[in-house]
Amino acid sequence: MSTLEVKDLHVSIDGKNILKGVNLKMQTGEIHAIMGPNGTGKSTLSEAIMGHPAYKVTKGEVLLNGENILELPVDERARAGLFLAMQYPAEIPGVTNAEFIRGAINARLPEDKPLSVRNFLKRLDKTMGVLDMTDEMADRYLNEGFSGGEKKRNEILQLMMIKPKFAILDEIDSGLDIDALKVVSRGVNQMRGPEFGSLIITHYQRLLNYIVPDVVHVMMGGRIVKQGGPELAKRLEDEGYAGLRDELGLDIKLVDEEA
Amino acid sequence: MSDADMLGLGGEYKYGFKDDINPILTTGEGLNEDIVRQISKAKNEPDWMLDFRLKSFKRYKEMEMPDFGPDLSGINLDRINYFRRDSDSVARNWEDVPDDIKKTFDRLGVPEAERKYLAGSSAQYESEVVYHNMREDFEKLGIVFMDTDSAVQKYPELVRKYFGKLIPPSDNKFAALNSAVWSGGTFIYVPKGVKTEVPIQSYFRINAGNSGQFERTLIIVDEGASVNYVEGCTAPNYSEDSLHAAVVEVNVLKDAYCRYTTIQNWSDNVYSLETKRAQALENGTMEWVDGNLGSKVTMKYPSVYLNGRGAHGTMLSIAFAGKDIVSDTGARMIHNAKDTSSSIVSKSLCKDGGRVDYRGKVRFARNSDGSFSHVECDTIILDEKSASDTIPFNEIKNGNVSMEHEAKVSKISEEQLYYLMSRGITEEKATEMIIMGFVEPFTKELPMEYAVELNRLIEYQMEGSVG
Repeated sequence: MSTLEVKDLHVSIDGKNILKGVNLKMQTGEIHAIMGPNGTGKSTLSEAIMGHPAYKVTKGEVLLNGENILELPVDERARAGLFLAMQYPAEIPGVTNAEFIRGAINARLPEDKPLSVRNFLKRLDKTMGVLDMTDEMADRYLNEGFSGGEKKRNEILQLMMIKPKFAILDEIDSGLDIDALKVVSRGVNQMRGPEFGSLIITHYQRLLNYIVPDVVHVMMGGRIVKQGGPELAKRLEDEGYAGLRDELGLDIKLVDEEA
Repeated sequence: MSDADMLGLGGEYKYGFKDDINPILTTGEGLNEDIVRQISKAKNEPDWMLDFRLKSFKRYKEMEMPDFGPDLSGINLDRINYFRRDSDSVARNWEDVPDDIKKTFDRLGVPEAERKYLAGSSAQYESEVVYHNMREDFEKLGIVFMDTDSAVQKYPELVRKYFGKLIPPSDNKFAALNSAVWSGGTFIYVPKGVKTEVPIQSYFRINAGNSGQFERTLIIVDEGASVNYVEGCTAPNYSEDSLHAAVVEVNVLKDAYCRYTTIQNWSDNVYSLETKRAQALENGTMEWVDGNLGSKVTMKYPSVYLNGRGAHGTMLSIAFAGKDIVSDTGARMIHNAKDTSSSIVSKSLCKDGGRVDYRGKVRFARNSDGSFSHVECDTIILDEKSASDTIPFNEIKNGNVSMEHEAKVSKISEEQLYYLMSRGITEEKATEMIIMGFVEPFTKELPMEYAVELNRLIEYQMEGSVG
């Protein structure tokens, strides 16, 4: 069993404070969801955990199995077991999807014992099948010219091939139609097990019908303001974020709220 | 000089070795009319070629150095060996190739087995072709593939008709110099309607330090014919400056097709100043694929004169400039007929203080109605010390043409690095992946063994680029 713990995390971007003391603890075998209105710092949390250079941690810790990873470069965090399915994955022209994924897997293996091309292709083929991806997706250049849905599937493909301990899924549902949502969910659910934990970031409850979380966190104004079970997500869907804010007596302006 | 230096093993350059070969004939350093006569005599040339050389030499003396581009003051034209000969005749079989030379090719990793794959192999060593093997089927098809010296002897009329016509000696000082002292190079004639799928290949090397290499290549692809010619160069490291001033003329006749692929990796003391020009007649296609990885200074602007209706010209190039390297390259597309089209895709990389400039020209002449050109220049600058400029020159004399130009200069994208690294790939490996991806449009056009070699060279040059 592995643990991921975020302690009193403060993060700023371009000098602007976004996260103002986030606390969160999870372990493998669990699926956590973070819900919250736009502009509340959900993506900032995921990028800060992964180590995006634009996000500055001003205070706090991120502990993986008790060890602070904030000093580690991005690639070492990844090899330590973290994965971030990104909202806007970069396009890399000239590098095929397959070549990239194999590179990522081999980065975790001893240099003299890489995964054989044959075994890799077998696994890739099977996993792409689960995600209803066509063969040509393996030979296309990484994310180049991919539709929104193709990018999301491709993130989940990488997740399933790399098998991290903890995967953060940053709005993996945005821009997906219902069929694609089901496919993506199928992929994540297949990963579920004692050796895998996931932190799912979403606006909407819809995704959580397909990937049922163990814990739901609600984030507003750069902090986690409420925790609960799956029923909390349903309540938010019915009552909206403003209702919860007012109930908690928080002085936070929601980005999408009309003045 | 230490033994290691003499073997060329001391330097950083990967293929920086030099075999111990005794030149059989050399004219010594420097150049005068007498030496030009000696060269012609040694080759037993007809009078017209001697005349051509002498006139060219006269022009050469009158002409000025180029008034643009990199500093060429480091070339000492009086210290260059303009001609040397290593072996007496062109070898037909591998067995006849001298052992020393074979060793050099072994070190370069040119496997003998490749000959089976390649249509013919003509390797230029020093100033003359020492090995030349051509597959029988090619001979049966009537394809002529030999060194240009032999072609002067065997096909004087054909050579005379085309030699120096696309690039007259007056074109530029180094073309004039080449015309005076040229030696070796490839001659190819593909008869009407003959199409070859298999690339014809040759390797070029400069060996002894001061010996300039002035090869002269002439290709004629007759009506409806097609050919794919590939040459690759690596050169040994050497302490004194070397000059490589080649002239390449390609004639693509009506409905014909030619692709000419070059990979150059001269060691970092070589001045590579080449003049390459092609003409494409009606519905003919000329494609230059040109990779430049080394040299102290490279000046090279392969051109296509689109002289027939519907002719098409392309240039796909990659330049990599490392420490102390200046690469001033580009392409010229000259639209001289209706409905002609051209495309230039230039990919450049520089690091460790290297400089890589694109200098190109697109010209639409008065009678070029309905013509089109697309130019794309992409550069990645890998550090603060390196620099790049894009210098396009467009001359449009016809209102009914269209032209696109895109230029992009960037660093390695942080977002791309972050993405790859977030999957556990190290920064060094991620950078390499991005660079390989950047040059992929070029490498995918190469024959496999060249693509492998190019990737290896880039990997090698990228080593230690992440601090």
